Amino acid sequence: MVELKNVTKVFNEGTVNENKAIGDTNLKVATGDFITIIGSNGAGKTTLFNLISGNIFPSTGSIAVNGNDVTKVPEYKRAKNVGRIFQNTTLGTAGQMTIEDNMIIALTKGFKGLRRSLTNKKREFFKEHLKNLDMGLENRLKDNVGLLSGGQRQAMTLLMMVLSKPDLILLDEHTAALDPKNAQIILDLTVKYIHDYNLTTLMITHNMNHAIKYGNRLLMMDKGEIILDVKGEEKQNLTVEVLVEKFHNIRKKNFENDEILLS
Amino acid sequence: MIEGILVEGLIYGLMVLGVFITFRVLDFPDLTVDGSFPLGAAIMAVMLVHNFNPFIALLVVFAAGVTAGAITALIHNKLKVPNLLAGILTMTMLYSVNIRILNNRANIPLLKTETMITKVTALTEGIIPESIAVLLLFLLIIFIFKFGLDLFFHTDLGLTLGAMGGNEQMVITQGVNPELLKIIGLGLSNGLVALSGAFAAQYLGFADVNMGIGIVITGLASVMIGEFLFHSSKISMLTLRVLLGAIVFKGIMYAGRYYGYYINMTPNDLKLITGILIILLLVVSKVKKGAR
Repeated sequence: MVELKNVTKVFNEGTVNENKAIGDTNLKVATGDFITIIGSNGAGKTTLFNLISGNIFPSTGSIAVNGNDVTKVPEYKRAKNVGRIFQNTTLGTAGQMTIEDNMIIALTKGFKGLRRSLTNKKREFFKEHLKNLDMGLENRLKDNVGLLSGGQRQAMTLLMMVLSKPDLILLDEHTAALDPKNAQIILDLTVKYIHDYNLTTLMITHNMNHAIKYGNRLLMMDKGEIILDVKGEEKQNLTVEVLVEKFHNIRKKNFENDEILLS
Repeated sequence: MIEGILVEGLIYGLMVLGVFITFRVLDFPDLTVDGSFPLGAAIMAVMLVHNFNPFIALLVVFAAGVTAGAITALIHNKLKVPNLLAGILTMTMLYSVNIRILNNRANIPLLKTETMITKVTALTEGIIPESIAVLLLFLLIIFIFKFGLDLFFHTDLGLTLGAMGGNEQMVITQGVNPELLKIIGLGLSNGLVALSGAFAAQYLGFADVNMGIGIVITGLASVMIGEFLFHSSKISMLTLRVLLGAIVFKGIMYAGRYYGYYINMTPNDLKLITGILIILLLVVSKVKKGAR
């Protein structure tokens, strides 16, 4: 589904501010994978997503989605099969527009013509889907999205994303800006959609319990590298303690290696 | 006098609709307007002097305006020039282009030339007074454009343009190229502005290379006055508000011109008044927001 080959990303290359955000990374995501990604701030998780979505291009290496090389393909073109949700709940919807206008824009990806797609049939279709969110949004089609709460906006963003039928979705701590109750609602909804629509998923989270509980594969990132990659049964048997211990073991080893290099 | 205010308000209202599209819908403060307004006037004047059909002239004017807007968008998109600067670049270049279109002169009078207005008033002579005929003509023309725009903003493309100003990331996420949308939006906006210039030239009886100076500010002032009139988020109401704002603005300018001498004001002070008006509107809207 997604394949990164020897991808690196260096910001401000050749200046004093040079910053190696992603160091030689290889990653193969299989169709149907649900991968959770953890790592501290600055580990390169969001940079990894930016590279996959095409928001930035890699310094070296190649990226393929569905077997097509997309290394230099701009973000808006890749977006046709890649859905992305951000931590900032306002980024997925246009706040100054109504719910139905937002949804009609999201329904078909790609350039829009001079057609008027928003018909009563479409409105019924939207209502049906909004009803499943159980947030009362089905009666507020003509309300501006800016009036909704963060949780409601994120739920709408999720719904809009799945209606546009992506192959791959990137979730960048999409529940982190919500209160615990809403975060759980959105997370449950996410898992339901991933299951219902059979979506290949990469999910960044700060919550180690979530990273262990959800998905079939877990990546841990640190300093621009994927330092841990567990799947299948090994992942099911993970606990937070084991994860923390693994992290310390790996990093200690590297630290010693560095010391050897420097001495 | 009241007909004069209404007619000028309507004619300039078309330009204000263009300013509304860039400043409010696209959130792209586009200063190309100062050049595309006299561009439309110049092309219209020259084509009328050479006896072209006014409708063909209007098509050429619209195409020229679209091109001017598209150039600004391209400068911004491809060279990553800030939007304000891109507009100023095009506007500056248009100054020379406009003088060339006017055959190396600063202005062309249209007083003895047949225009759309003289054609209509010749038709209606003796049936309705001239000033009313002109007013009806422009009411018809401008409201056709207004309803056209309303329809456009209900299409999928129009809605996506609407989303663009508030949230460019969302547009990208929906697989639409934001650069292309900027070209379309600025093109449409400046096409309308050029048409407004073409109508203004016929109404005023001349095209002048300086008639666009500061026009974008008058457009912005009109948009802001409109926003004070009533609140709505429906596009048909927003465009109506724009036109009403333009008429109110022209009314204020008329008052300044006719009664300003009581306080020693001259027509040269109108730009200062416009600027102060905008600052006042900004202050009031800020206070209003603070109160909420």
